[in-house]
Amino acid sequence: MLDDFFWRALIGGIGVALVAGPLGCFIVWRRMAYFGDTMAHSALLGVALALLLEVNVIFGVFTIATGGALALVMLQRQSILPTDALLGILSHSTLALGLVLVSFMAWLRIDLLSYLFGDLLAVSLFDIVLIYGGGLAVLGLLALIWRPLLAGTVSEELAAAEALNPERARLVFMILMAAVIAIAMKIVGILLITSLLIIPAATARRFARGPETMALMAAGLGALAVILGLFGSLEFDTPSGPSVVVAALLLFVVSLLSHVFTPGTGQAPEKSR
Amino acid sequence: MASVIQAVEEVKRPAAEAPQIEAPLIEASGLGVRRGTHWLVRGVDLTIRPGEIVTLIGPNGSGKSTTVKALLGILETSEGCLSRQPGLRIGYVPQKLSVDQTMPLTVRRLMTLTGRHDRAEIEAALNEVAIAHLAERPVQQLSGGEFQRALLARALIRRPQLLVLDEPVQGVDFAGEIALYELIHDIRERLGCGILMISHDLHIVMGQTDTVVCLNGHVCCSGTPQVVTASPEYRALFGSRAASALAIYRHDHDHVHLADGRVVAHDHEHDHSRGHKHGEDHDAG
Repeated sequence: MLDDFFWRALIGGIGVALVAGPLGCFIVWRRMAYFGDTMAHSALLGVALALLLEVNVIFGVFTIATGGALALVMLQRQSILPTDALLGILSHSTLALGLVLVSFMAWLRIDLLSYLFGDLLAVSLFDIVLIYGGGLAVLGLLALIWRPLLAGTVSEELAAAEALNPERARLVFMILMAAVIAIAMKIVGILLITSLLIIPAATARRFARGPETMALMAAGLGALAVILGLFGSLEFDTPSGPSVVVAALLLFVVSLLSHVFTPGTGQAPEKSR
Repeated sequence: MASVIQAVEEVKRPAAEAPQIEAPLIEASGLGVRRGTHWLVRGVDLTIRPGEIVTLIGPNGSGKSTTVKALLGILETSEGCLSRQPGLRIGYVPQKLSVDQTMPLTVRRLMTLTGRHDRAEIEAALNEVAIAHLAERPVQQLSGGEFQRALLARALIRRPQLLVLDEPVQGVDFAGEIALYELIHDIRERLGCGILMISHDLHIVMGQTDTVVCLNGHVCCSGTPQVVTASPEYRALFGSRAASALAIYRHDHDHVHLADGRVVAHDHEHDHSRGHKHGEDHDAG
């Protein structure tokens, strides 16, 4: 029989994937993959500070990830350095700061690996409530800003000219990303969160005909990856986070292959006629 | 010569009939936009009324796009007065728009990008620009001309009071260019909306515009096409041959003559350097 902890991880993981999919689509469309990575890496600093100040870890991560995102936006406006350099600096320095801080707190016995790569055993009932409560809030807000955010993704100017306030939508989106990172950390870990955002979205791109269907498919594919990954991790005794990512990758590869072999979309079979 | 002038008078008439009493959609005076210590554009006076076509011309870097963005409120203005009619419905066709390959977006979905519209409205808008057959096509697979038409339909579906076009014929071949400009002209007649346009095609601009504003970091000259083409500032900027742009377009719609128009456009490219000098003179003076 399956243990309780496994079901909790599964339910929690599916919840995270359902939220990550639609958000991940925007990360792909807006080419923000490294931005997401940076926010995720800053989460470790959030973990360290939360432990230091003895506040809720998820709250700490959310705060620091949001702060990191806002800092990046400000630095981008100053245009001191190109964005990729800024991302590199913020991403790795916040990760390093987090690691250094954690090492200072010798009195704490924390399992660093579980934060970096996720931990099946760590998902509590409270986490599940948090994932579904927070997740619903995130999806609700995303639905509210959907039109301005999508229009701004196509063209910021166009959305602004037609009075949709894309800047506000983008700001809200960053906060939503921080929230997803905070609640997804337990399942896949800091280092792998971005993959849960991006890979299902990239997989969905192969099949979707519109942005909304792509978002729904990304949510479904992410959930499927969580199910496959967690059962795989149980079967082969592999770490849960990486197993989920590997499952997502497999789905992506299948989507690539199906694209090649589907009549009408592939190249090889049709050309002979 | 007399016949040319007469033709010009005929073209002008719809503009004269356009109700001048109506409140302006957008009114700007002494508008300026600064980035750091550098003025992108300064001293722009401009009024757009319902049913009026206003075209901005000027060499590259003369502040045309900046002016439009400031008028629309996308860019913050650093000085001057700007008043937009409250709740003004704007349809915007931006200069450069590339939809990322990763976003699945059909022409039909593009139509509802910034607002909700039903199927009938979408069909009507696509028919208006004659691309109804492309409704299910991903936008990334459209040709330059088709994409511009799709963007135009997207702006039109909002039933805008002001249609703003930033170089609407970019990436469109020459025959498509003429068709697109004729379409824009038609739209004004049908919707009675004001049109603010940036354009490089002097010969067409002069034929189909009520007011031309010639920019080069500031407003060099503005007025009806006749006034502008006759002004020394315009000639300094675009060369004296460009002054005949008006006559060439109005004289004949023939393709041969349009090829002549191309020669004019060529001259205009050539004279950018002169336009630049003009700007420097101004700065020095």
